[in-house]
Amino acid sequence: MKLTIGHLYPELLNLYGDRGNIISMVQRLKWRGMDAQVKEFSLGDKIDFSQLDIILLGGGSDREQLLVCNRLKKIKSDFIAYVEQGGVVLAICGGYQLLGNSYKMGDETVQGLGVVDIHTERGDGRLIGNIVLQSDLFPLPVVGFENHGGRTFIGSHRPFGQVRSGHGNNGRDRQEGVVYKNVIGTYLHGPLLPKNPHVCDYLLQTALDRRYGKVELPPLDDRDELAANRYIVKRFSQE
Amino acid sequence: MRKMLAIGATKFLIWLGRAMHKQGSSTPGKIGLKIYPNLLRDLAAQVREDIFVVCGTNGKTTTNNLLCQALRAEGKKVVCNSAGANMLYGIVTAFAASAGLGGGLDADCACIEIDEASARRAFPHFKPRYMVLTNLFRDQLDRYGEIDLTMEVLKEALAMSPDTTLIVNGDDPLSFALAKQSGNPFVTFGVDEQVLDAKHAARETKEGRFCQMCGALLQYDYYHYSQLGKYHCPKCDFARPKPDYAVTNVHFDRGISMRIEGRQFRINSRGFYNVYNILAAYAAAAAAGFYLEHFDQVLRRYKAQSGRMELFEIGSRRVVLNLAKNPAGFNQNISAVLEDGAPKDLLVVINDGAQDGRDISWLWDVDFERLQHGRVQSFTASGVRALDMQLRFKYADIPSQAQENAADAIGRLLAEGTGNLYVLCNYTALYSTHLILKKLEEETA
Repeated sequence: MKLTIGHLYPELLNLYGDRGNIISMVQRLKWRGMDAQVKEFSLGDKIDFSQLDIILLGGGSDREQLLVCNRLKKIKSDFIAYVEQGGVVLAICGGYQLLGNSYKMGDETVQGLGVVDIHTERGDGRLIGNIVLQSDLFPLPVVGFENHGGRTFIGSHRPFGQVRSGHGNNGRDRQEGVVYKNVIGTYLHGPLLPKNPHVCDYLLQTALDRRYGKVELPPLDDRDELAANRYIVKRFSQE
Repeated sequence: MRKMLAIGATKFLIWLGRAMHKQGSSTPGKIGLKIYPNLLRDLAAQVREDIFVVCGTNGKTTTNNLLCQALRAEGKKVVCNSAGANMLYGIVTAFAASAGLGGGLDADCACIEIDEASARRAFPHFKPRYMVLTNLFRDQLDRYGEIDLTMEVLKEALAMSPDTTLIVNGDDPLSFALAKQSGNPFVTFGVDEQVLDAKHAARETKEGRFCQMCGALLQYDYYHYSQLGKYHCPKCDFARPKPDYAVTNVHFDRGISMRIEGRQFRINSRGFYNVYNILAAYAAAAAAGFYLEHFDQVLRRYKAQSGRMELFEIGSRRVVLNLAKNPAGFNQNISAVLEDGAPKDLLVVINDGAQDGRDISWLWDVDFERLQHGRVQSFTASGVRALDMQLRFKYADIPSQAQENAADAIGRLLAEGTGNLYVLCNYTALYSTHLILKKLEEETA
C-alpha cells in the first residue's frame, strides 16, 4: 500500500520545521512496510488532486504568503472539490490562514482558498510560545509551538482543540485550529506530527481508508514520541 | 559626576561578575546606562578613528575577534566586546571596561559585535563608520519572528545611520539585497570559485530562494552552503556581484589555506564558514584603509573562541566542542564531523532558554540523516530538550540514547566510547559544557 503526499509550495512555505511533518508521515508508513511518495509542487505547477492522498500546506513569512495567495485562484476550485470529497489536508500556521476566506493585514486584505468559512486578521504583537491542547479527536493531548501575528476566528466551526496552555486561534476564546471534514488547520508547529504520533496516525488512517477501504494500521513502538509529548505537557500545562 | 558614578558602578559590577565566574556581561552596562543615559554616546564619541560593527546570523563573534586582533597587530588600541555579549547593554559594558575611572577612553578603534535586533537600539548612541553583514539565515524564529522581519529591523537601523559603509557578503542574496535596498554605501566580499562538491547543499533548507527585487526563483551556478553561492535572477538584473574582496585557491587540509588579493593566508581551524569569517574581517579592515601587514601571523596564532571547534585532550581521549545553534551552522558542523574518517561518538546538547530561542523546531531542518554513514559509533542527546533531539535522531533512522545531564553523558562517553568525541551544543549549553570539559582536561593533565 502506498500514499502520495502533496507538499504545496515548500520553497515558500517551509518556515517552522515543516519538513518534520513530512518525515514523520513517510517514516511511520515505512516502518509499517507501506510506501510513501512525496510530491513537491511549486507555484504555477499543475496539480492533479486525484493523485493525492494527503496535502501539506506549511507556514511562510507574510511576504512569501502574499506571493502564494496571488496564485491560489488557479487551484481554488480543485482544492475545494478535493476537500469536499474527503481529501486529507494538514495546514500549518500560514497554510492554516490560507484555508480561510481572507487574511486582513492592516489595510490590505488577501483572499484565501475559502475551503473553510473562517477568517484571520493581523493583531498587535505575535502570539508565541509552547502550547498544549486537548482535542476531542484523541485522548492524548496535542503539544507544539505557536508563533503567529494573525488572529483567526472560526465562528461555529469545530476547533482542533481546546487550549490547556498557550494562546490558540486568537488569544481570547481558548480554541485552537479548526477541523472541517478531513482537514486539520492549526497554528501548531514544533513540528506538529513527530511529538503527536496520534495526530500523524489519524491522518494516515483517514487517507488509507479513503484510498483502500478500511485498512488496519499496526501499532508502533511510540515510547520516544510519547515521552517527548509528556515532557511538554508536564512542563507547560496549567491544570 | 553621574558619568563617573556610572563608570565606577559598571566597572565594579564587571569585576564582581568576573569574581563570580559569570559569563557574559550585560547587567553592568544596564546599570551604567540607567545611572547615566549618555554613557555609551559619550564613550563611543571618544574613539579616535573608526567604529566597526559586525552583524549577521552566523560568524559574528569569530569575525569580530579576528578583526579586533588584526587591528591590534597593526598597533591600534581597540575596544571589543569579545565575550560575545552583543546586545545594547553588553556593548555598554565593553566600552566601560576599556574606559578609565575618570571617564576617558583611550582607543583608536572599536570592534563591536551586534545582535541583529539590537542595532536599532544601539545606533541612537553611536553611528558606526563600517558595518559588516556576514549572512542571514533562519535563527531563533521565536525572537525575531521571521527572516523578513530581521531584514526590516536592520534596514531601520541603517536608515538611522545612512553614512555607514556596509561590508557585505555578496554570496548571500539576502545580505546583498539588503545592502542594495538600504541606500547605504557598500563593498562586497565573496568566494570566487566552487570549493566543495556540495551535493547535499542543494538539498538543504534554504532562505531567500526568491529574488528580493522581483520575486522570481533565483538560479544558481553553484552553492557553497545554504543559500550562499553564485546566483542570478532570470527575470531582473539582480545577481551575485563581482566581489570587491574575493577569496580564491581555497584548500582544506588540517586547516584552511586561501588567497585574498594575491596574498596567501592560512588558519589552523576547519569549517568552510571560517573562510567567510577571515574574508569578512580582511574586507572590513581593507575597506578602512589598513594593509594588515601582520594578518597572516594573526591567523596562524588565532585560537578559536571557546566552543568554536575547540579541542580538549582528556587523558588519551580527544573531544571537540562546537556551537551549533541554527540549521545552517548545524549542517556545517555535520560536514566537519563527517570529514573526520575515524570512529567517533556524538553528543548533541539542546536547551531552549531565551538566548537559544524557545522554539526548537529548526532541528527538523537539519540534515541529521547524513550522519548515518559517518562512522559514528554512538549517538547521545542531552540538554533540557534531550527527548526532542532523541526523536529527531529516531526519525533519521539513527538509534540514540537520551541523557538529560550533559556532564553525566560526557563521563559515560569518555569511559565507554571511542576516545574521539564530538559535542555539539546550542547557545546556553555551550558555556556549561565548556567548563565541564575544561575541568576534566585540567584534572587529567
